[in-house]
Amino acid sequence: MIKNEALIFEKSVPGRRTSLLPVCDVPERDLASVIPAAFLRQQSAELPEVSEVDAVRHFTALSKMNHGVDSGFYPLGSCTMKYNPKINEDVARYSGFSRIHPYQSEKTVQGALELLYQTDRMLAEITGMARVSLQPAAGAHGEMAGLMIIKAYHQYRGDTKRQKIVVPDSSHGTNPASAAVVGFDVIEVKSNESGGVDIPSLKAVMSDEIAGLMLTNPSTLGLFEENIVEIAEIVHQAGGLLYYDGANMNAIMGKTRPGDMGFDVVHLNLHKTFSTPHGGGGPGSGPVGVKKELVPFLPAPVVERAVDKYVLDHNRPLSIGRVKSFYGNFGVVVKAFAYIRSLGAVGLREASETAVLNANYIRARLQDDYELPFGKTCMHEVVFSAQKQMKLGVSALDIAKRLIDFGYHPPTIYFPLIVKEALMIEPTETESKETLDDFIEAMRQIAREAETSPELLKEAPHDTIVKRLDEVKAVRKPILRYVKEV
Amino acid sequence: MASYISNTKEQQKAMLSEMGNDSIQELFADIPEAVRLSRDLELPPALSELELTTALRKLSQKNKNLDDTSCFLGAGAYDHFIPSAVGNLISRQEFYTAYTPYQPEISQGTLQAIFEFQSMICELTGMDIANASMYDGATALAEAVAMAASQTGRNEMLIANTVHPESREVLKTYAHYKGIAVKEIGYHNGSIDLDALAAACSDQTAAVIVQSPNFFGIIEDLGQAAELAHQHKALLIASVDPISLAILKSPGELGADIVVGDGQCLGNPISFGGPGLGFMATSKALMRKLPGRVVGQTTDVEGKRAFVLTLQTREQHIRRDKATSNICSNQALNALAATIYMTVLGKEGLKEVATLCLNKAHYLYDQLIKSGKFAPVFSAPFFKEFTVTSAGDTDVLNDALLADHIIGGYALDKSYPELKNGWLLAVTEKRTRPEMDSLVEKAVNHCD
Repeated sequence: MIKNEALIFEKSVPGRRTSLLPVCDVPERDLASVIPAAFLRQQSAELPEVSEVDAVRHFTALSKMNHGVDSGFYPLGSCTMKYNPKINEDVARYSGFSRIHPYQSEKTVQGALELLYQTDRMLAEITGMARVSLQPAAGAHGEMAGLMIIKAYHQYRGDTKRQKIVVPDSSHGTNPASAAVVGFDVIEVKSNESGGVDIPSLKAVMSDEIAGLMLTNPSTLGLFEENIVEIAEIVHQAGGLLYYDGANMNAIMGKTRPGDMGFDVVHLNLHKTFSTPHGGGGPGSGPVGVKKELVPFLPAPVVERAVDKYVLDHNRPLSIGRVKSFYGNFGVVVKAFAYIRSLGAVGLREASETAVLNANYIRARLQDDYELPFGKTCMHEVVFSAQKQMKLGVSALDIAKRLIDFGYHPPTIYFPLIVKEALMIEPTETESKETLDDFIEAMRQIAREAETSPELLKEAPHDTIVKRLDEVKAVRKPILRYVKEV
Repeated sequence: MASYISNTKEQQKAMLSEMGNDSIQELFADIPEAVRLSRDLELPPALSELELTTALRKLSQKNKNLDDTSCFLGAGAYDHFIPSAVGNLISRQEFYTAYTPYQPEISQGTLQAIFEFQSMICELTGMDIANASMYDGATALAEAVAMAASQTGRNEMLIANTVHPESREVLKTYAHYKGIAVKEIGYHNGSIDLDALAAACSDQTAAVIVQSPNFFGIIEDLGQAAELAHQHKALLIASVDPISLAILKSPGELGADIVVGDGQCLGNPISFGGPGLGFMATSKALMRKLPGRVVGQTTDVEGKRAFVLTLQTREQHIRRDKATSNICSNQALNALAATIYMTVLGKEGLKEVATLCLNKAHYLYDQLIKSGKFAPVFSAPFFKEFTVTSAGDTDVLNDALLADHIIGGYALDKSYPELKNGWLLAVTEKRTRPEMDSLVEKAVNHCD
């Protein structure tokens, strides 16, 4: 049974504690004798005072208020919530991986450097790139690094006029945000009727001021960009580079490669496509891969293979520099490495094929109940619109909340922005037909309920620990920390 | 080969026929022929789970790990003790297999834990508000600089060169593309040269950036730096070690405007430098400039207390190119580890960790100096890390110690060429007196 859980601070009892540390085995000093009094804290930080069992019960109770992939179906579009194999968690915890210091001498971390090098090679093959840096900590971080590479490349060639990045109106919010962080101006191009990039609009914005185009393919509508070859030509002819947002890579592994489509820079989300768990919002890993002519600009250091050993190459004069401490989220990379080694070429292709099959199965079986803004075959995810239900006064949000009553995590809603009342469903390859059938049945029931008993949807969810939240109040009167009442 | 696909071939066929398709290949018809991959990817052969464990165990054993050595290496990544409760609790699938808590009704666990994390970071730093965490200390610092530039409308930063070299490198990268100028201020007796800072500070300065304890382990005078910055209406950005804040005066009390730091030391395995977490705290005045996720308290429709992601109009998914930052994810699971760590150790326990580090570091420092083979470099107060000069080359010394399963200190001349044979040693609560005595003995023998 789940009850509302008090804050850990509210469970605090003065003087209660967990003893974990040994007695001091060296002479103890008076703090004031080694540190000037002006630097010393007078009043203790009010951290909780609890026993170990208090702490364990508290965080166990909190965990029970969450829905994870292991709890049930999690068709959150664009996030690729596939099952996370347990073995990957185990290997990442091997002491030879989790208990090594980033500044140990290279000869004592040859296994780690080998793993980084091999992951670089494997991801380069999967994406059709020359080299991949594993330094970026997340997708948005990879985007930032990739855009810096594009900027550095143009600047190196003396092509300093190129200060603009083009993004489609269906793009992830991180695309324009990352471009802005790197000091680019953002130009948005429209999508055409079939959800692809509108070619005339693209041609119209091309000029010698365009540094590049950022594209997700399949797009955030879950559709493959059929005109990709022409788009690449247009951008390249104008002297720009093509950036691939790898958020939707799960659709195409072993089927096609960004490099072959004409992309010059790619970022991947290891926490999506390569099955590392999301951890409630991180840690992720956002490797950035590039074509040969851009390799000198990758973040430093880069792992290189010498005759009989692996080395960290820091001497990279054209590098954009460092974007994170040390070598990236290594522990996450270990899990992705284990995943790729488990599946191999055939397994990765089958994963993408099955992800696409599962999404199309949902598309086919729900298209009579929910409006499909773009009717064609989708890739790994399908975007419906709740406009039909909206006429009955029921929104995408209401449908999402009602799904919680059936034990599902809702799909992504209100994204992409160009679809009204969007419901973006990504089932992933790991889900069974039975799960999909049950979900489809729930969605159909909800569509019926929208007609017969809309209040059921408006009041959903019904059985959760909290009901719908007052989000306006959270913004108007922000309470962002606990303060002890006196 | 492992496969995590549930459906059998028969089920897939049944699905296809229900959809009116003959094959999966038909679903990929939108991919132009010219760019289809007509071969298998060239990847190493797939491994079963059984083979994978063997292969990866073997690969991991090519690394010398800290369980088999005594580690005196710090320099931004620390071998602190991690209570068993931390690993056990973050391994609950409801935490580690969940996504960002977009649906608060089924994410109260993650949301409340982040709220508790923000509260604890505020307590330690002495600030009003904190965000849900950043990638690491270095990127948190770079984001703080962007905040300062936006807040002050100025684009000149002054950073102590006693700030971690890699943090300065990361800042340099971010700043270059944002058109922000970064000027380094030198050090005097291991601390930021306050005279040089006073001379450099002007009405163009957006922020002064100081790390304490700094890269040499020395506790900086944040109060003085804050005063100098504020004289010119610039901000003070302090980068701090959260464990030190159990005993040191909080940067908030000393006048810092933005406080950042690396939280790996709070219950996260060292893991070759990642994943860990960065943290960021600031004053209410800068609330709407804060990057990243923030959790707030509110009520549900029935008036029950509940937590939710808030102030989202700062963020990329709403504001796109006008957002305060491009950051989307945080390091939620690492921040959870930090929250559990701070809970289990608690008010007294964290002080105990800090005091043990301090006592042990001072013991080792004294023993090394007493030996006559190592000389002091600075005379300023330090916390858990300190600098000495060895008689010979530090890389050779570290190599010799390795033979005795000791991981020695950081060779400072890599980052500070003027500190020839400078050796930066870190001592956490995990190091025992016998380990330290052994280090001194071996190091002295080597220098003889």
